[in-house]
Amino acid sequence: MTETRPIVLELRTITKRFGPLVANDAVDLVMRKGEILALLGENGAGKTTLMNILFGHYLADAGEVLVADAHGGLQPLPPGSPHAALAAGIGMVHQHFTLAENLTVLDNITLGTEPLFALHRSTRAARAKLEDLMARSGLTVDLDATVARLAVGERQRIEILKALYRDARILVLDEPTAVLTPQESDGLFATLRALAAQGLSVVFISHKLNEVVSASDRVAVLRGGRKVAERETAGADRATLAELMVGRPIAASRREPREPGRTVLKLDAVSVAGHDVRTRLASVSLDLREGEVVGVAGVSGNGQTALASLVCGLVAPSAGTMTLLDQALTEFDPGAFVAAGIGRIPEDRHSEGVVGSMSIAENVALETIGTERFQTGGFLKFGAMRQAAEEAIRGYEIKCPGPDAPIRLLSGGNMQKAILARALDGAPKLIIANQPTRGLDVGAVAEVHRRLLAARMRGAAVLLISEDLDELFELSDRIAVMFRSRLTAALPSAGLDLKTLGLMMAGHDPAEVAA
Amino acid sequence: MEIFDILVTVSFWVAALRIATPLIFGVTGALLCERAGVLNLGIEGIMTVGAMTGWITVHLGGSLWGGVVAAMAMGALCGLVLAVLTVKLGLSQHVSGLGVTMLATSASYFTYRVVLPNANTPPRIQPFEPLNIPGLSDLPVIGPILFQQTALTLLAIALVALTAWFLNRTPLGLALRAVGENPAAVEAQGLDVHRLRMGAVVAGSAVMALGGAFLTMSAFNAFFFEMVAGRGWICIALTVFASWRPGKALIGAILFGAFDAFQVRLQQVVGGAVPGQVFLMIPYLLSIVALVVWSRKASYPKALMVPYIKGQR
Amino acid sequence: MIRLEPRGETPRLLALTAPVVAALVALALAAIPIMAAGAPLLKAYQVMFEGALGSRFALTEVVSRATPLILTGLAAAIAFRARLYNIGAEGQLYLGAVAAVAVGSGRFDGPPALMIAAVLIAGAIAGALLMLGPTLMKVKLGADEVVTTLLLNFIVILFVQIMIEGPMKDPMSLGWPQSEPIIDSAALPKLIEKTRVHAGLIVALVAALGVHVFLAHTVPGFRIRAVGANPAAARFAGMSVTGTMLLVGALSGALAGLAGVGEVAGLKGYLTNNLSPGYGYAGIVVAMLAGLSPLGVVLAAFFVAAVFVGADSMSRGINVSSYIANLIVALALISVLVSGVVTRWRIRFGRPGG
Repeated sequence: MTETRPIVLELRTITKRFGPLVANDAVDLVMRKGEILALLGENGAGKTTLMNILFGHYLADAGEVLVADAHGGLQPLPPGSPHAALAAGIGMVHQHFTLAENLTVLDNITLGTEPLFALHRSTRAARAKLEDLMARSGLTVDLDATVARLAVGERQRIEILKALYRDARILVLDEPTAVLTPQESDGLFATLRALAAQGLSVVFISHKLNEVVSASDRVAVLRGGRKVAERETAGADRATLAELMVGRPIAASRREPREPGRTVLKLDAVSVAGHDVRTRLASVSLDLREGEVVGVAGVSGNGQTALASLVCGLVAPSAGTMTLLDQALTEFDPGAFVAAGIGRIPEDRHSEGVVGSMSIAENVALETIGTERFQTGGFLKFGAMRQAAEEAIRGYEIKCPGPDAPIRLLSGGNMQKAILARALDGAPKLIIANQPTRGLDVGAVAEVHRRLLAARMRGAAVLLISEDLDELFELSDRIAVMFRSRLTAALPSAGLDLKTLGLMMAGHDPAEVAA
Repeated sequence: MEIFDILVTVSFWVAALRIATPLIFGVTGALLCERAGVLNLGIEGIMTVGAMTGWITVHLGGSLWGGVVAAMAMGALCGLVLAVLTVKLGLSQHVSGLGVTMLATSASYFTYRVVLPNANTPPRIQPFEPLNIPGLSDLPVIGPILFQQTALTLLAIALVALTAWFLNRTPLGLALRAVGENPAAVEAQGLDVHRLRMGAVVAGSAVMALGGAFLTMSAFNAFFFEMVAGRGWICIALTVFASWRPGKALIGAILFGAFDAFQVRLQQVVGGAVPGQVFLMIPYLLSIVALVVWSRKASYPKALMVPYIKGQR
Repeated sequence: MIRLEPRGETPRLLALTAPVVAALVALALAAIPIMAAGAPLLKAYQVMFEGALGSRFALTEVVSRATPLILTGLAAAIAFRARLYNIGAEGQLYLGAVAAVAVGSGRFDGPPALMIAAVLIAGAIAGALLMLGPTLMKVKLGADEVVTTLLLNFIVILFVQIMIEGPMKDPMSLGWPQSEPIIDSAALPKLIEKTRVHAGLIVALVAALGVHVFLAHTVPGFRIRAVGANPAAARFAGMSVTGTMLLVGALSGALAGLAGVGEVAGLKGYLTNNLSPGYGYAGIVVAMLAGLSPLGVVLAAFFVAAVFVGADSMSRGINVSSYIANLIVALALISVLVSGVVTRWRIRFGRPGG
């Protein structure tokens, strides 16, 4: 049955290098009309690079892309041109949405679809076409709303509509469920299924086995830039896929049972003033005890940033009290928080974690440069800085040219290890980990998890803010959910399941969910 | 209170609009660049080039409109240099802009000296005359204020309207706004980020050069060293004040012209009690005030000063 | 079609030669305006080089011109390191000069050591205070410091005019707008007799060494480098971005103020409104040519000074306008910017259309 469907897309021996790194190594791929293909692989396997080559964001070093034309004949696609890809009927929904926030939904969708030098915009026709599309696909959104005001789920709908509006025949989605609740993800896949039935070919990138198995017709597995397997999903079993994806056994960290000790961090009805739901906190309360990990789940943009900023010392509360080991915190300044013994792992390594142009040694000493350890009389102790860096490099197995190399040269995983070394130095009583494994490969993820659990075992309290639900279940003793700047009570993770957590992330009361 | 009576005289507003004209050109040009995400600090030099080119074209026997076209062409050329530096090569917009200002200014002065090696008093040219359109110019109040200006002033106002229409009503204008908000969104829709930005900078620079041309061809009738006198920088402050909206930019420029015209008259009233330089400081101080008051509130184009390099991870 | 690909580490040799190549390119490009002016090309270069380097007098002139350029170059270098774009060195230079005249023109007197220290400190404080305003406006209100410092330059020049036509006017100047002279005890002594080389050079060289040590070896210097390279990470790590910026602003303004003191108390002896032929702006070029390195600033300042001196002699000798110097300096700035692209990225001329 499948074989009778015409081929709409073919990638031939695509190869792409970034410096010494081979991101794609002679990858072949074929897509047929109306099928849903999953591109499975861990972070760094080359999935996004491959799709970016297909869409023309990147130039391949070798290989070609062929797309079926209106008569079904395969034609080579001019490389390096998103314009050509769009014209050939390829639509792409990037993991980081490509929307201009200060423009309206309609502006974002029609951008670039009209002749550029036309003297007026035919918004009426565009509106009519979109109303029709929305009715047929079930993807509804207010066309006149400014994007900045819309939630992530709505933004994803705009991205898909953008592709459909251009009559895309092939739709590429990069990690489409990363920012959705489990229920929203189910809805998305139902929509994709319906669109595929109407003849659309869908490729989605994922590293989650569950959704790959449940939502795709066929799965291609990428590892280390190579396509290592391609299967009909119906016949594939998850264990095999997992092994294919990772390629080596990874010792999963196990959370050992441990009795929590006394309260380390206590938030009592803390509010943070902010101009929108992202940066605001509304009367948040939380108890975090020695030797436990409390996870914070939530759809991106519901106030997690505000919570992280608060507990990292970047913003002061507008109401409520914050207590660290029975001592009320009064000085809201990152430096004071470091001095108080709080280890902090920022959300974005590149923008907040490291100073890219400075050396590994300088970055390891960044938080404590003013202490006697690294200075006397205002003059830097280079020897001590280098020694600290060498210890970090040894202790955390950071792969790097040496302590004096600029830290920007490190891979994501190694950079994160350096940040971990800095944050966990001096055995902090409280550890704030904000998306600590985002974008890391499986090996690095396991290492970060191992370190956090080791800190828990020695008695540290860990606040884990994450969008990765598997990670939350794996590490957390208790899980709380952020929704519209509010935080639910932290519930024991053992009593929670994915479905309940998903409903809580959508704003349902846990009690009501349980009932 | 008699000094405030000045504000209701027609001649005052005629002067205000005349003084505002180079600022209207400058702020419109700056706004076009910035809406596309490029801060054009070449403006001061570009206005100088425009002033010099317009003047020299006429001085060497060209027509007035020939001078206008030549000024725009040279402004566009300076814009192209800036666009290559900031858009293609992704260099610091601050330093590149200053570089273009230094280059354009010194090139203008050098050219002036090549043409007139030894002149002490710069030769005058026959400038644009006030329009005096029968009928329109005789209208009460509006007639003199609008139609006893030179053609360049009316062109400036028309350009503001054209820019507003272009930005808000045309597909290219939408693309230009989008590229200043999020270049990735523009590329994902199949448009060329670099071409859009370079186009905006070149066009904006051509418009800026008109502001300089007005100075030599409609206001002072000759070219002097340092005659632009910070008008370019004032225009950059005005874009912030205007929140990057053409209509507000027009109002801002006219307000500025009014303050300046008022200052000149105030100086005559107050006489020697206060050093004249104090009055000359007012436009610069006002610009700083405008920046201080509006910088926080302004809704910046989100990608202003963010370079975009394709295929970067 | 041009594509940029990032290099890993910049090869050291490339980083060091790039500014030299940029300077040479700027000199070579000057051929275009020289020819446009109708001057014989080889002769022009010959006159320029001999005028700058060909005699003892020429060399001392270069040294005396380099003195303020080292200081304004340092002012730009330290500020740009922290991504505080201080374009107001010209104004800070003038205000430093005003302060030097206020303190050193005979309102009070003392031993030379004391008086010289007094004019230097007064000039530095005046420059620092002037730069604190734009720095505060930037960190607290988000006002672009490039525009505010540029606008302040115009205001300061007008202020200088008020001072030299009013409160500071020299009654003996026969109507010329110039200030009272600096008294002998406050004047910076000459280093070499019968030349214009004065003790300001020592101030400048010590400042260069001091800024180098400060940035590379001290905790505040470390903070400046971190805040400049990534303010968000510096703040997350517990550094005060505001405090660091204010420190940088004050230091930058002080350095430019010292340049003004040197010009008025070491060279001219009195203040006029053409004290500086744009040393503040040229300092930006000096800093960029030096790759923002304080010790490199000294070398770059000598290059720019040589261009100015050589161009002057070209203007006297073969009647090419001395604006050629500003042109060369501007070309050098743009060349060095482009050379920065070459050192940080590999430039690929790729397949057209893709």
